[in-house]
Amino acid sequence: MSNPILEVQDFSVDFWVDGVWYPAAIKMNFELHPGKVLAIVGESGSGKSTTALGLMSLLASNAKMSGSVKVRDQEMLNANSATLRKFRGKEVAYIFQEPMTALNPIYTIGFQVVETLRTHFDLSPKRARARAVELFTLVEIPNPEQSFDKYPHQLSGGQRQRAMIAQALACDPGLLVADEPTTALDVTVQAEILDLMRGLKDKLNSAILLITHDMGVVADMADEILVMKDGLTVERGSADQIFNRPGHPYTQQLLAAVPKLGSSKRRELAHRDDAQVKPVLKLTDVSIEYPKRGRIPAFLAVKDFNLEIYPGEIVGLVGESGSGKTTVGRAAIGLLPIKQGAIEVVGNDISRATQKDLSAIRRHTGIVFQDPASSLNPRLPIGESIGEPIFLAGLAKGADLAHKVEDLLDQVELPRSYRNRYPHELSGGQRQRVGIARALALTPDLLIADEPTSALDVSVQARFLDLLQDLQVKLNFACLFISHDLAVVDILAHRIAVMQNGLLVEIGDRDQILKHPANEYTKRLIAAVPVPDPAEQKIRREARLATKN
Amino acid sequence: MFGFKKKEKIDSFTASGENAIANKEVEGLSQGQIVLKRFLRHKAAVISVIFLASIIALVFSAVNSSIGPIKINGWWKWGTEDLPSLRTEGCGDGTVGCPSFSLMPKFLGGSGIQFGDHPFGQDDIGRDYFALVMKGTQRSILVMFVIGIFAATIGTVIGAVAGYFRGTIDNVLMRLTDFIITIPAVIVGSVIGAKFGNLGALVLAAYLGLFAWTGLARLVRGEFLTLREREFVDAARVAGASTRRIIFKHILPNAVGVIIVSVTLLLSGAILLETALSYLGFGVVPPDVSLGLLINQYQDAFTTRPYLFWYPGFFIIGIALSINFIGDGLRDAFDPRQKQRLTKKDRQNAKVLERDAA
Repeated sequence: MSNPILEVQDFSVDFWVDGVWYPAAIKMNFELHPGKVLAIVGESGSGKSTTALGLMSLLASNAKMSGSVKVRDQEMLNANSATLRKFRGKEVAYIFQEPMTALNPIYTIGFQVVETLRTHFDLSPKRARARAVELFTLVEIPNPEQSFDKYPHQLSGGQRQRAMIAQALACDPGLLVADEPTTALDVTVQAEILDLMRGLKDKLNSAILLITHDMGVVADMADEILVMKDGLTVERGSADQIFNRPGHPYTQQLLAAVPKLGSSKRRELAHRDDAQVKPVLKLTDVSIEYPKRGRIPAFLAVKDFNLEIYPGEIVGLVGESGSGKTTVGRAAIGLLPIKQGAIEVVGNDISRATQKDLSAIRRHTGIVFQDPASSLNPRLPIGESIGEPIFLAGLAKGADLAHKVEDLLDQVELPRSYRNRYPHELSGGQRQRVGIARALALTPDLLIADEPTSALDVSVQARFLDLLQDLQVKLNFACLFISHDLAVVDILAHRIAVMQNGLLVEIGDRDQILKHPANEYTKRLIAAVPVPDPAEQKIRREARLATKN
Repeated sequence: MFGFKKKEKIDSFTASGENAIANKEVEGLSQGQIVLKRFLRHKAAVISVIFLASIIALVFSAVNSSIGPIKINGWWKWGTEDLPSLRTEGCGDGTVGCPSFSLMPKFLGGSGIQFGDHPFGQDDIGRDYFALVMKGTQRSILVMFVIGIFAATIGTVIGAVAGYFRGTIDNVLMRLTDFIITIPAVIVGSVIGAKFGNLGALVLAAYLGLFAWTGLARLVRGEFLTLREREFVDAARVAGASTRRIIFKHILPNAVGVIIVSVTLLLSGAILLETALSYLGFGVVPPDVSLGLLINQYQDAFTTRPYLFWYPGFFIIGIALSINFIGDGLRDAFDPRQKQRLTKKDRQNAKVLERDAA
């Protein structure tokens, strides 16, 4: 076997906070050979990104590193900055999570690749340009010649990530460190980027250190897997071993928490008599337009949308970013005005309702927002946030209100003492529970959940979904569950609606959509979802490539 | 014992998840406590608070003063209207009324550490200059706070309304703001001073406040534009909150950092504006006194009796500087991105948190 390109021994990182060193990564040991992919997986806060950045001393000044990191037998820890500069970019290249922030917005992508090239090689501007165009061709950016002179904001998310990969590959690095390279991308784009990375790795024989929390991506890419938790290496082994015979309980738990497409049991609706039961939410030919602002023309976000949700039913609304699914959710609760059509909530038409009418209807509705960090007022204790709808509806006051808030906290399984906590003291999962408690404060007939789990770790997400299901069974509210993650929708929903570019492309029972999709787009969407199983993922990948060619 | 246990429980709940390490610093603290903790870290600001507080205590207790209904009898033996005879001993060169304040001990040839009868000296007609400076500083500080209160109220309301409602209201209010910004403050001040100066310092201050709110209004508007898009505002709207409740209960408390910081910095501008106007003769008019007026009245005496210049100048600089430091400290305290700088000493002294290697 060839020499390893990366050797890490007893590598630890500590962070200084207020006079105490807090360990972020503890005694990491691994090595990486050319042409192989090592995936570091773990939940947020487990220290995986810290490890990746620490390898090339890219951490903030309050970090302390110890141990040994060797790239091509050259020690990187405590190396002088000249050595580090020589190795960064040339031997070790990084691909970051968010290409919009990792690329400099005031330079063209071509300039940025040329800059990397000319830093490390003696190249004339002309030859550097030719090489950059060659790289853009390699990463399959359309019209490489023209794209050379484009700025990052002129490219789509997927193309930006390709440009960043081109920049990373500029000097044929032996090691690519990819830190959550596809997390910010839609599933179909994610599948393309992963295909691209796999192809390039084989072509250039580089090694990839993949940092991710997505077990599907790991199953798709990794040869070897390292599982981290709270800075410690929990388990290390080949992909086959970790996925099929996980040894450590934490690994088993992590794998069990990952929602798998098409594996959850069928959930029966209690009973539905279509003739008698009136829909809780009814959208008829709804169009929503974002009005013209300054020079930005009006934008039609949703066109001729029809949807009915019946009591006790969960409808999943899926689509990629920009498809208009959040817009539908916000309009359904009266937060956005609609241009055409009608929206009926619990029998009341809200499309022409005044502010006063809306407040009456809002007693029957609740919404859980996407971002737990932004959806709670940082200046209010969470008890007050939860109690606000009850207080404003004039249902309870003082001790009575406190009692109701305690009941709600019990319902979402949070300690009652949390009533006096502020949002910044809670973790993401806890904040999202508070969000649910607030949405359920008035026992609504309709709950809108707008990507409530997209900011959560898998194990937290699994608990959150369990909780939401239990509450739904107990309180029997109707729910519009908006998500980009088909596997999550699969667990919850009775029916699934698929959106693309503001249009409803398909709607039907869950099994019908997932097993026998009729629409081309739905089929592509389902095929692109990575499955946390290396063997099955390989079959799916080959099937996908076959349809592509 | 019980308290300790509770703390442990908090740790086990919050010690995982994103930003776990970064959040260690703010664990179990309310927003106010976090801000106070960060403020106390800023040494210059803390010293400035003490310094400013002592100046205020000194000037308001030394000579007779009245703030609204509160009347304070000064402990200093002279008032601003007393006319003691001019001091001649120890002044030399034929000058009179020189300061009796001295720090040079006797064994070094000085006159010993003492305050004397007239520590800051006397003016042309023998009035005690210490009393005059105290009175002048009182006036200047009062004018500063009145300008600050008026400007803060108007700026916050206009900024909040413009930022929250946007559209036409925003356009009208912001063009008004732009218009007021284009008029130089000194010109506004001199016109107002010429017209209202004789109505008393506080009326003048109130009018100046009507023109000092522009910068604050812009900042508050910007803050409101960002905050109104946050999801908790939507959540409040869905909960049925009225516009007034959303503005005052949900958005304003979150903008309070910006408001406090910029009002503080506005205050130091206000005291300089007052002194500048009084110096030009458009501000506070005699027989009232203010720091700028004192400097104006005795500018000709600069070569012969420079102390008539120094003492009011010292109070102007001292107050403006300490308010600026306080503003600086507050800005750092309210901005969560401001991190403590890590020194070599901190690195060595830091404890290592042992974690059981499970």
